[in-house]
Amino acid sequence: MIAILDYGSGNLRSAERAIARSGVEVKVSSNFDFCLSADGLLIPGVGAFGQCLTGLLEKRGDELIKLRMAEERKTLGICVGMQILFSESEESPGVAGVGIFKSSIKRLQAPITPHMGWDTLSVDPQSKLFAGISDQRFYFVHSYAAKEFLSEDLKREPKIVTTMASYGGPFIAAIEYGSLSATQFHPEKSGNAGLKLLDNWVTSCKESPR
Amino acid sequence: MDSTAASALIESLAVRVIPCLDVKDGRVVKGVNFSGLIDAGDPVELAALYDAQGADELTFLDISASVDERKTTIDIVRATAEEVFIPLTVGGGIRSIADVDELLRAGADKVSVNTAALQRPELIDEIARTFGSQVLVLSVDARRNDQFKSNFQVTTHGGSRGDDRDAKSWIKEALDRGVGEILLNSVDADGTKEGYDEEMIRSLRPITSVPLIASGGAGKISDFSSALAAGADAVLAASVFHFAIFTISEVKNQLKSDGFTVRGAGL
Repeated sequence: MIAILDYGSGNLRSAERAIARSGVEVKVSSNFDFCLSADGLLIPGVGAFGQCLTGLLEKRGDELIKLRMAEERKTLGICVGMQILFSESEESPGVAGVGIFKSSIKRLQAPITPHMGWDTLSVDPQSKLFAGISDQRFYFVHSYAAKEFLSEDLKREPKIVTTMASYGGPFIAAIEYGSLSATQFHPEKSGNAGLKLLDNWVTSCKESPR
Repeated sequence: MDSTAASALIESLAVRVIPCLDVKDGRVVKGVNFSGLIDAGDPVELAALYDAQGADELTFLDISASVDERKTTIDIVRATAEEVFIPLTVGGGIRSIADVDELLRAGADKVSVNTAALQRPELIDEIARTFGSQVLVLSVDARRNDQFKSNFQVTTHGGSRGDDRDAKSWIKEALDRGVGEILLNSVDADGTKEGYDEEMIRSLRPITSVPLIASGGAGKISDFSSALAAGADAVLAASVFHFAIFTISEVKNQLKSDGFTVRGAGL
Protein backbone atom coordinates (compact mmCIF):
# COMPACT_ATOMS: atom_id res chain seq x y z
CA MET A 1 0.00 0.00 0.00
CA ILE A 2 1.24 3.46 -0.96
CA ALA A 3 -0.08 6.53 0.87
CA ILE A 4 -0.15 10.05 -0.54
CA LEU A 5 -0.14 12.61 2.26
CA ASP A 6 -3.07 15.02 1.87
CA TYR A 7 -2.12 18.25 3.63
CA GLY A 8 -3.61 20.97 1.46
CA SER A 9 -5.20 21.79 -1.86
CA GLY A 10 -3.66 20.91 -5.17
CA ASN A 11 -3.39 18.26 -7.81
CA LEU A 12 -2.93 15.03 -5.85
CA ARG A 13 -4.87 13.06 -8.41
CA SER A 14 -2.08 12.84 -11.00
CA ALA A 15 0.31 11.37 -8.43
CA GLU A 16 -2.34 8.92 -7.29
CA ARG A 17 -3.11 7.74 -10.83
CA ALA A 18 0.58 7.58 -11.78
CA ILE A 19 1.38 5.38 -8.76
CA ALA A 20 -1.64 3.17 -9.52
CA ARG A 21 -0.05 2.46 -12.92
CA SER A 22 2.53 0.35 -11.10
CA GLY A 23 -0.23 -2.06 -10.08
CA VAL A 24 -0.05 -1.18 -6.40
CA GLU A 25 -2.81 0.01 -4.08
CA VAL A 26 -2.65 3.74 -3.45
CA LYS A 27 -4.69 6.04 -1.25
CA VAL A 28 -4.68 9.79 -0.61
CA SER A 29 -4.87 10.22 3.16
CA SER A 30 -4.15 12.54 6.06
CA ASN A 31 -4.47 9.78 8.67
CA PHE A 32 -1.25 9.64 10.72
CA ASP A 33 -1.22 5.91 11.48
CA PHE A 34 -2.12 4.95 7.93
CA CYS A 35 0.62 7.18 6.51
CA LEU A 36 3.12 5.87 9.07
CA SER A 37 2.57 2.18 8.29
CA ALA A 38 2.18 2.37 4.49
CA ASP A 39 4.93 0.64 2.46
CA GLY A 40 5.60 3.95 0.76
CA LEU A 41 4.62 7.53 1.60
CA LEU A 42 4.53 10.16 -1.11
CA ILE A 43 4.68 13.79 0.02
CA PRO A 44 3.51 16.13 -2.73
CA GLY A 45 4.34 19.83 -2.77
CA VAL A 46 1.60 22.39 -2.41
CA GLY A 47 2.01 26.16 -2.77
CA ALA A 48 4.74 28.14 -1.05
CA PHE A 49 7.30 26.79 1.45
CA GLY A 50 5.78 28.43 4.55
CA GLN A 51 2.23 27.47 3.67
CA CYS A 52 3.40 23.93 2.93
CA LEU A 53 5.09 23.67 6.34
CA THR A 54 1.96 24.92 8.11
CA GLY A 55 -0.13 22.22 6.42
CA LEU A 56 2.53 19.57 7.01
CA LEU A 57 2.85 20.29 10.74
CA GLU A 58 -0.94 20.20 11.15
CA LYS A 59 -0.85 16.60 9.93
CA ARG A 60 2.35 15.86 11.93
CA GLY A 61 4.09 15.25 8.62
CA ASP A 62 7.48 16.13 10.16
CA GLU A 63 7.10 13.29 12.68
CA LEU A 64 5.95 10.96 9.89
CA ILE A 65 9.09 11.66 7.87
CA LYS A 66 11.44 11.13 10.83
CA LEU A 67 9.69 8.02 12.14
CA ARG A 68 9.61 6.44 8.70
CA MET A 69 13.33 7.16 8.27
CA ALA A 70 14.05 5.50 11.63
CA GLU A 71 12.04 2.46 10.55
CA GLU A 72 13.65 2.47 7.08
CA ARG A 73 10.30 2.85 5.36
CA LYS A 74 10.35 4.52 1.96
CA THR A 75 9.27 8.16 1.64
CA LEU A 76 9.30 10.28 -1.53
CA GLY A 77 9.00 14.07 -1.48
CA ILE A 78 8.03 15.91 -4.67
CA CYS A 79 8.78 19.58 -5.52
CA VAL A 80 8.07 21.63 -2.37
CA GLY A 81 7.71 18.18 -0.76
CA MET A 82 11.48 17.94 -1.32
CA GLN A 83 12.24 21.51 -0.22
CA ILE A 84 10.58 21.05 3.19
CA LEU A 85 13.25 18.44 4.04
CA PHE A 86 15.80 21.28 4.26
CA SER A 87 16.36 23.69 7.13
CA GLU A 88 14.79 26.86 5.67
CA SER A 89 13.88 28.69 2.47
CA GLU A 90 14.37 32.20 1.10
CA GLU A 91 10.74 31.94 -0.05
CA SER A 92 9.44 32.07 3.54
CA PRO A 93 12.04 33.65 5.82
CA GLY A 94 11.76 32.65 9.48
CA VAL A 95 9.91 29.41 8.79
CA ALA A 96 11.85 26.32 9.89
CA GLY A 97 11.85 23.32 7.57
CA VAL A 98 11.84 19.71 8.74
CA GLY A 99 15.63 19.99 8.71
CA ILE A 100 16.70 16.51 7.62
CA PHE A 101 19.33 18.33 5.56
CA LYS A 102 21.15 21.36 7.01
CA SER A 103 21.42 23.21 3.73
CA SER A 104 18.80 25.81 2.75
CA ILE A 105 16.52 26.54 -0.22
CA LYS A 106 17.48 29.58 -2.31
CA ARG A 107 15.87 31.56 -5.11
CA LEU A 108 16.93 30.56 -8.64
CA GLN A 109 19.15 33.25 -10.17
CA ALA A 110 17.69 33.23 -13.67
CA PRO A 111 16.14 36.11 -15.69
CA ILE A 112 12.91 34.15 -16.17
CA THR A 113 11.33 32.25 -13.28
CA PRO A 114 9.67 29.89 -12.52
CA HIS A 115 11.97 27.30 -14.12
CA MET A 116 9.11 25.78 -16.08
CA GLY A 117 9.35 22.90 -18.51
CA TRP A 118 11.28 19.78 -19.45
CA ASP A 119 14.93 19.65 -18.47
CA THR A 120 17.83 17.21 -18.44
CA LEU A 121 19.64 15.87 -15.39
CA SER A 122 23.09 14.72 -14.34
CA VAL A 123 22.20 11.51 -12.60
CA ASP A 124 24.45 10.05 -9.90
CA PRO A 125 25.68 6.66 -11.18
CA GLN A 126 24.70 5.19 -7.77
CA SER A 127 21.04 6.13 -8.34
CA LYS A 128 18.37 3.43 -8.19
CA LEU A 129 15.51 5.89 -8.77
CA PHE A 130 16.76 6.70 -12.28
CA ALA A 131 17.52 3.12 -13.37
CA GLY A 132 16.84 2.98 -17.11
CA ILE A 133 15.86 6.66 -17.44
CA SER A 134 19.00 8.65 -16.63
CA ASP A 135 19.05 10.25 -20.11
CA GLN A 136 15.44 11.46 -20.02
CA ARG A 137 13.89 14.90 -19.54
CA PHE A 138 11.63 15.64 -16.55
CA TYR A 139 9.07 18.38 -15.91
CA PHE A 140 10.01 21.18 -13.50
CA VAL A 141 7.97 24.09 -12.09
CA HIS A 142 9.77 25.98 -9.34
CA SER A 143 11.43 29.29 -8.49
CA TYR A 144 13.48 28.02 -5.53
CA ALA A 145 15.84 25.07 -5.06
CA ALA A 146 18.64 23.66 -2.93
CA LYS A 147 21.87 24.67 -4.63
CA GLU A 148 24.19 22.36 -2.71
CA PHE A 149 24.63 20.32 0.45
CA LEU A 150 26.62 21.66 3.37
CA SER A 151 29.67 19.73 4.54
CA GLU A 152 27.62 18.53 7.53
CA ASP A 153 25.18 16.88 5.11
CA LEU A 154 27.95 15.39 3.01
CA LYS A 155 29.64 13.72 6.00
CA ARG A 156 26.53 11.65 6.70
CA GLU A 157 26.07 7.92 6.39
CA PRO A 158 24.68 6.51 4.24
CA LYS A 159 26.10 8.81 1.56
CA ILE A 160 23.55 11.05 -0.12
CA VAL A 161 23.04 10.10 -3.77
CA THR A 162 22.60 13.44 -5.52
CA THR A 163 21.25 14.19 -9.01
CA MET A 164 21.81 17.69 -10.35
CA ALA A 165 20.19 19.97 -12.93
CA SER A 166 20.87 23.56 -13.93
CA TYR A 167 18.80 26.72 -14.35
CA GLY A 168 20.56 29.95 -13.47
CA GLY A 169 23.27 27.72 -12.01
CA PRO A 170 23.36 24.14 -10.75
CA PHE A 171 20.80 22.90 -8.23
CA ILE A 172 19.82 19.60 -6.63
CA ALA A 173 17.19 17.87 -8.78
CA ALA A 174 16.88 14.63 -6.80
CA ILE A 175 18.08 13.02 -3.59
CA GLU A 176 18.30 9.39 -2.49
CA TYR A 177 19.30 9.10 1.15
CA GLY A 178 18.61 5.73 2.73
CA SER A 179 14.86 5.21 2.69
CA LEU A 180 14.21 8.89 1.93
CA SER A 181 14.02 10.09 -1.68
CA ALA A 182 12.97 13.38 -3.19
CA THR A 183 12.67 15.08 -6.57
CA GLN A 184 12.52 18.79 -7.36
CA PHE A 185 10.71 17.96 -10.63
CA HIS A 186 7.28 16.35 -10.97
CA PRO A 187 7.58 12.66 -11.94
CA GLU A 188 3.77 12.40 -12.04
CA LYS A 189 3.83 15.02 -14.82
CA SER A 190 6.91 13.74 -16.68
CA GLY A 191 5.25 11.32 -19.09
CA ASN A 192 6.69 7.84 -19.50
CA ALA A 193 10.01 8.78 -17.89
CA GLY A 194 8.19 9.94 -14.77
CA LEU A 195 6.01 6.82 -14.66
CA LYS A 196 9.17 4.70 -14.82
CA LEU A 197 10.75 6.67 -11.96
CA LEU A 198 7.65 6.15 -9.81
CA ASP A 199 7.64 2.47 -10.77
CA ASN A 200 11.29 2.20 -9.65
CA TRP A 201 10.32 3.81 -6.35
CA VAL A 202 7.23 1.60 -5.85
CA THR A 203 9.41 -1.46 -6.50
CA SER A 204 11.81 -0.30 -3.78
CA CYS A 205 8.87 0.19 -1.39
CA LYS A 206 7.91 -3.46 -1.76
CA GLU A 207 11.36 -4.42 -0.43
CA SER A 208 11.11 -2.36 2.76
CA PRO A 209 11.17 -2.44 5.72
CA ARG A 210 13.32 -5.34 6.73
CA MET B 1 35.04 18.61 -10.71
CA ASP B 2 33.86 15.20 -11.91
CA SER B 3 32.02 14.75 -15.20
CA THR B 4 28.62 14.49 -13.49
CA ALA B 5 28.94 17.85 -11.84
CA ALA B 6 30.39 19.45 -14.97
CA SER B 7 27.55 18.39 -17.26
CA ALA B 8 25.03 19.66 -14.73
CA LEU B 9 26.26 23.17 -15.49
CA ILE B 10 24.81 23.05 -18.99
CA GLU B 11 21.51 24.91 -19.25
CA SER B 12 19.22 22.76 -21.35
CA LEU B 13 15.58 23.69 -20.76
CA ALA B 14 13.50 22.65 -23.77
CA VAL B 15 11.10 25.02 -25.53
CA ARG B 16 7.50 23.84 -25.16
CA VAL B 17 4.94 23.01 -27.84
CA ILE B 18 1.40 23.17 -26.46
CA PRO B 19 -1.75 22.07 -28.31
CA CYS B 20 -4.94 23.82 -27.19
CA LEU B 21 -8.29 22.03 -27.20
CA ASP B 22 -11.54 23.98 -27.16
CA VAL B 23 -14.01 22.06 -25.03
CA LYS B 24 -17.78 22.55 -25.02
CA ASP B 25 -20.29 20.41 -23.17
CA GLY B 26 -17.88 17.48 -22.85
CA ARG B 27 -16.61 17.43 -26.44
CA VAL B 28 -13.75 18.99 -28.34
CA VAL B 29 -15.03 21.45 -30.91
CA LYS B 30 -13.34 23.29 -33.75
CA GLY B 31 -14.42 26.37 -35.54
CA VAL B 32 -14.63 26.17 -39.32
CA ASN B 33 -14.41 29.52 -41.11
CA PHE B 34 -17.46 31.29 -39.71
CA SER B 35 -19.72 28.26 -40.30
CA GLY B 36 -19.86 27.47 -36.61
CA LEU B 37 -18.47 24.68 -34.51
CA ILE B 38 -18.07 21.05 -35.48
CA ASP B 39 -17.49 18.12 -33.17
CA ALA B 40 -13.83 17.12 -33.20
CA GLY B 41 -13.99 14.17 -30.87
CA ASP B 42 -13.40 12.99 -27.38
CA PRO B 43 -11.10 15.22 -25.33
CA VAL B 44 -9.43 12.37 -23.48
CA GLU B 45 -8.63 10.50 -26.71
CA LEU B 46 -7.24 13.65 -28.32
CA ALA B 47 -5.21 14.47 -25.21
CA ALA B 48 -3.69 10.97 -25.32
CA LEU B 49 -2.96 11.33 -29.03
CA TYR B 50 -1.16 14.66 -28.57
CA ASP B 51 0.75 13.20 -25.62
CA ALA B 52 1.88 10.30 -27.82
CA GLN B 53 3.01 12.81 -30.49
CA GLY B 54 5.23 14.53 -27.93
CA ALA B 55 3.13 17.48 -26.68
CA ASP B 56 4.95 19.12 -23.77
CA GLU B 57 1.75 20.30 -22.08
CA LEU B 58 -1.94 20.37 -22.87
CA THR B 59 -4.40 23.24 -22.59
CA PHE B 60 -8.17 22.86 -22.38
CA LEU B 61 -10.15 26.00 -23.05
CA ASP B 62 -13.71 25.63 -21.78
CA ILE B 63 -16.00 27.58 -24.12
CA SER B 64 -19.22 26.30 -22.54
CA ALA B 65 -21.99 28.81 -22.35
CA SER B 66 -23.53 27.66 -19.08
CA VAL B 67 -22.48 26.60 -15.61
CA ASP B 68 -24.15 23.21 -16.17
CA GLU B 69 -22.11 22.54 -19.29
CA ARG B 70 -19.01 23.62 -17.44
CA LYS B 71 -19.44 20.87 -14.86
CA THR B 72 -18.69 18.31 -17.57
CA THR B 73 -15.25 19.91 -17.94
CA ILE B 74 -14.38 18.70 -14.45
CA ASP B 75 -15.21 15.16 -15.58
CA ILE B 76 -13.00 15.59 -18.65
CA VAL B 77 -10.10 16.83 -16.53
CA ARG B 78 -10.55 13.89 -14.18
CA ALA B 79 -10.65 11.37 -17.05
CA THR B 80 -7.63 12.98 -18.74
CA ALA B 81 -5.59 12.80 -15.54
CA GLU B 82 -6.20 9.03 -15.55
CA GLU B 83 -4.52 8.64 -18.92
CA VAL B 84 -2.15 11.49 -19.58
CA PHE B 85 0.82 12.33 -17.36
CA ILE B 86 1.94 15.67 -18.75
CA PRO B 87 0.96 19.12 -17.41
CA LEU B 88 -2.61 20.18 -18.03
CA THR B 89 -3.83 23.78 -18.01
CA VAL B 90 -7.54 24.58 -17.94
CA GLY B 91 -9.02 27.95 -18.81
CA GLY B 92 -12.49 29.40 -19.29
CA GLY B 93 -15.06 30.52 -16.77
CA ILE B 94 -12.76 30.54 -13.73
CA ARG B 95 -13.97 33.24 -11.33
CA SER B 96 -13.09 32.11 -7.82
CA ILE B 97 -10.75 30.18 -5.52
CA ALA B 98 -13.40 27.44 -5.36
CA ASP B 99 -13.33 27.05 -9.17
CA VAL B 100 -9.54 26.67 -9.07
CA ASP B 101 -9.63 24.22 -6.17
CA GLU B 102 -12.14 22.02 -7.98
CA LEU B 103 -10.04 21.92 -11.16
CA LEU B 104 -6.76 21.21 -9.33
CA ARG B 105 -8.35 18.43 -7.31
CA ALA B 106 -9.72 16.91 -10.54
CA GLY B 107 -6.17 16.74 -11.94
CA ALA B 108 -5.38 20.12 -13.55
CA ASP B 109 -1.93 21.57 -12.84
CA LYS B 110 -2.56 25.13 -13.90
CA VAL B 111 -5.52 27.36 -14.59
CA SER B 112 -5.66 30.31 -16.94
CA VAL B 113 -7.70 33.39 -16.20
CA ASN B 114 -8.61 36.22 -18.56
CA THR B 115 -11.87 38.18 -18.32
CA ALA B 116 -12.48 37.47 -14.64
CA ALA B 117 -9.04 38.89 -13.76
CA LEU B 118 -9.71 42.02 -15.82
CA GLN B 119 -13.03 42.52 -14.05
CA ARG B 120 -11.55 41.87 -10.62
CA PRO B 121 -7.72 41.91 -10.58
CA GLU B 122 -7.66 40.81 -6.91
CA LEU B 123 -8.56 37.32 -8.19
CA ILE B 124 -4.90 36.99 -9.23
CA ASP B 125 -3.66 37.75 -5.70
CA GLU B 126 -6.17 35.35 -4.18
CA ILE B 127 -5.25 32.41 -6.45
CA ALA B 128 -1.50 33.02 -6.14
CA ARG B 129 -1.70 33.29 -2.36
CA THR B 130 -3.79 30.14 -1.98
CA PHE B 131 -2.22 27.81 -4.52
CA GLY B 132 1.07 29.45 -5.49
CA SER B 133 1.96 31.50 -8.58
CA GLN B 134 2.97 28.36 -10.47
CA VAL B 135 -0.67 27.32 -10.97
CA LEU B 136 -1.71 30.62 -12.50
CA VAL B 137 -1.51 31.57 -16.18
CA LEU B 138 -2.73 35.01 -17.21
CA SER B 139 -4.26 34.86 -20.66
CA VAL B 140 -4.01 38.21 -22.45
CA ASP B 141 -5.88 38.85 -25.72
CA ALA B 142 -4.15 41.90 -27.16
CA ARG B 143 -4.43 43.82 -30.43
CA ARG B 144 -2.51 46.58 -32.11
CA ASN B 145 -3.81 50.05 -31.32
CA ASP B 146 -1.57 53.13 -31.61
CA GLN B 147 -3.81 55.03 -29.19
CA PHE B 148 -2.09 53.02 -26.45
CA LYS B 149 1.38 53.72 -25.12
CA SER B 150 2.81 50.26 -25.88
CA ASN B 151 0.79 50.11 -29.14
CA PHE B 152 -1.02 47.05 -27.76
CA GLN B 153 -4.47 47.15 -26.21
CA VAL B 154 -6.09 44.50 -24.02
CA THR B 155 -9.37 43.12 -25.38
CA THR B 156 -12.17 40.93 -24.04
CA HIS B 157 -14.82 38.64 -25.50
CA GLY B 158 -12.43 36.97 -27.93
CA GLY B 159 -11.05 40.25 -29.15
CA SER B 160 -14.37 41.83 -30.08
CA ARG B 161 -14.38 44.41 -27.27
CA GLY B 162 -11.58 46.77 -26.36
CA ASP B 163 -10.58 47.20 -22.72
CA ASP B 164 -9.20 50.53 -21.55
CA ARG B 165 -5.96 48.91 -20.40
CA ASP B 166 -2.61 48.91 -22.16
CA ALA B 167 -1.24 45.35 -22.60
CA LYS B 168 2.14 46.28 -21.13
CA SER B 169 0.75 47.88 -18.00
CA TRP B 170 -1.77 45.07 -17.50
CA ILE B 171 0.99 42.43 -17.69
CA LYS B 172 3.12 44.45 -15.25
CA GLU B 173 0.23 44.68 -12.81
CA ALA B 174 -0.56 40.98 -13.10
CA LEU B 175 3.10 40.08 -12.46
CA ASP B 176 3.09 42.23 -9.33
CA ARG B 177 -0.08 40.48 -8.20
CA GLY B 178 1.54 37.07 -8.71
CA VAL B 179 0.84 35.33 -12.03
CA GLY B 180 3.32 32.57 -12.87
CA GLU B 181 3.07 32.58 -16.64
CA ILE B 182 1.69 34.73 -19.48
CA LEU B 183 -0.28 33.37 -22.43
CA LEU B 184 -0.07 36.13 -25.01
CA ASN B 185 -2.69 35.81 -27.73
CA SER B 186 -2.61 38.16 -30.69
CA VAL B 187 -6.14 39.06 -31.71
CA ASP B 188 -4.82 40.44 -35.02
CA ALA B 189 -2.91 37.27 -35.91
CA ASP B 190 -5.44 34.81 -34.52
CA GLY B 191 -7.06 32.76 -37.26
CA THR B 192 -4.97 34.31 -40.08
CA LYS B 193 -2.46 31.43 -40.27
CA GLU B 194 0.08 34.10 -41.23
CA GLY B 195 2.37 33.60 -38.29
CA TYR B 196 2.57 34.73 -34.67
CA ASP B 197 2.73 38.47 -33.96
CA GLU B 198 6.50 38.64 -33.49
CA GLU B 199 6.46 42.37 -32.93
CA MET B 200 4.07 41.92 -30.01
CA ILE B 201 6.24 39.19 -28.51
CA ARG B 202 9.40 41.32 -28.90
CA SER B 203 7.67 44.32 -27.38
CA LEU B 204 6.27 42.53 -24.31
CA ARG B 205 9.06 40.01 -23.63
CA PRO B 206 11.41 42.45 -21.86
CA ILE B 207 8.84 43.30 -19.17
CA THR B 208 7.74 39.68 -18.68
CA SER B 209 9.87 38.00 -16.00
CA VAL B 210 7.83 34.78 -16.10
CA PRO B 211 7.56 32.26 -18.97
CA LEU B 212 5.76 33.63 -22.04
CA ILE B 213 3.58 31.46 -24.29
CA ALA B 214 2.88 32.79 -27.78
CA SER B 215 -0.56 32.14 -29.23
CA GLY B 216 -2.45 33.03 -32.37
CA GLY B 217 -1.49 32.88 -36.02
CA ALA B 218 0.41 29.62 -36.50
CA GLY B 219 -0.03 28.44 -40.08
CA LYS B 220 3.36 27.39 -41.44
CA ILE B 221 5.79 25.05 -39.75
CA SER B 222 8.43 27.82 -39.69
CA ASP B 223 6.11 30.08 -37.64
CA PHE B 224 6.97 28.31 -34.39
CA SER B 225 10.70 29.02 -34.67
CA SER B 226 9.98 32.67 -35.49
CA ALA B 227 7.87 33.10 -32.34
CA LEU B 228 10.56 31.49 -30.19
CA ALA B 229 13.28 33.60 -31.83
CA ALA B 230 11.20 36.68 -30.93
CA GLY B 231 11.44 35.66 -27.29
CA ALA B 232 8.61 33.26 -26.47
CA ASP B 233 9.39 30.31 -24.16
CA ALA B 234 6.57 28.19 -25.51
CA VAL B 235 4.24 28.10 -28.52
CA LEU B 236 0.55 27.29 -28.39
CA ALA B 237 -1.59 26.34 -31.37
CA ALA B 238 -4.99 24.82 -31.98
CA SER B 239 -6.26 24.47 -35.54
CA VAL B 240 -2.97 23.45 -37.22
CA PHE B 241 -2.89 20.43 -34.93
CA HIS B 242 -6.63 19.69 -35.00
CA PHE B 243 -6.75 19.72 -38.77
CA ALA B 244 -3.52 17.68 -38.89
CA ILE B 245 -1.77 20.26 -41.08
CA PHE B 246 1.29 18.99 -39.26
CA THR B 247 1.90 16.86 -36.20
CA ILE B 248 3.60 17.94 -33.02
CA SER B 249 6.56 15.71 -33.81
CA GLU B 250 6.97 17.41 -37.20
CA VAL B 251 6.99 20.79 -35.47
CA LYS B 252 9.60 19.56 -33.00
CA ASN B 253 11.82 18.20 -35.76
CA GLN B 254 11.65 21.59 -37.47
CA LEU B 255 12.45 23.40 -34.21
CA LYS B 256 15.40 21.10 -33.64
CA SER B 257 16.79 21.70 -37.12
CA ASP B 258 16.38 25.44 -36.48
CA GLY B 259 18.64 25.08 -33.43
CA PHE B 260 16.13 25.01 -30.57
CA THR B 261 16.31 22.55 -27.69
CA VAL B 262 13.29 20.29 -27.75
CA ARG B 263 12.09 17.28 -25.81
CA GLY B 264 11.85 14.19 -27.99
CA ALA B 265 13.26 14.44 -31.52
CA GLY B 266 16.50 12.99 -30.11
CA LEU B 267 16.45 15.27 -27.01
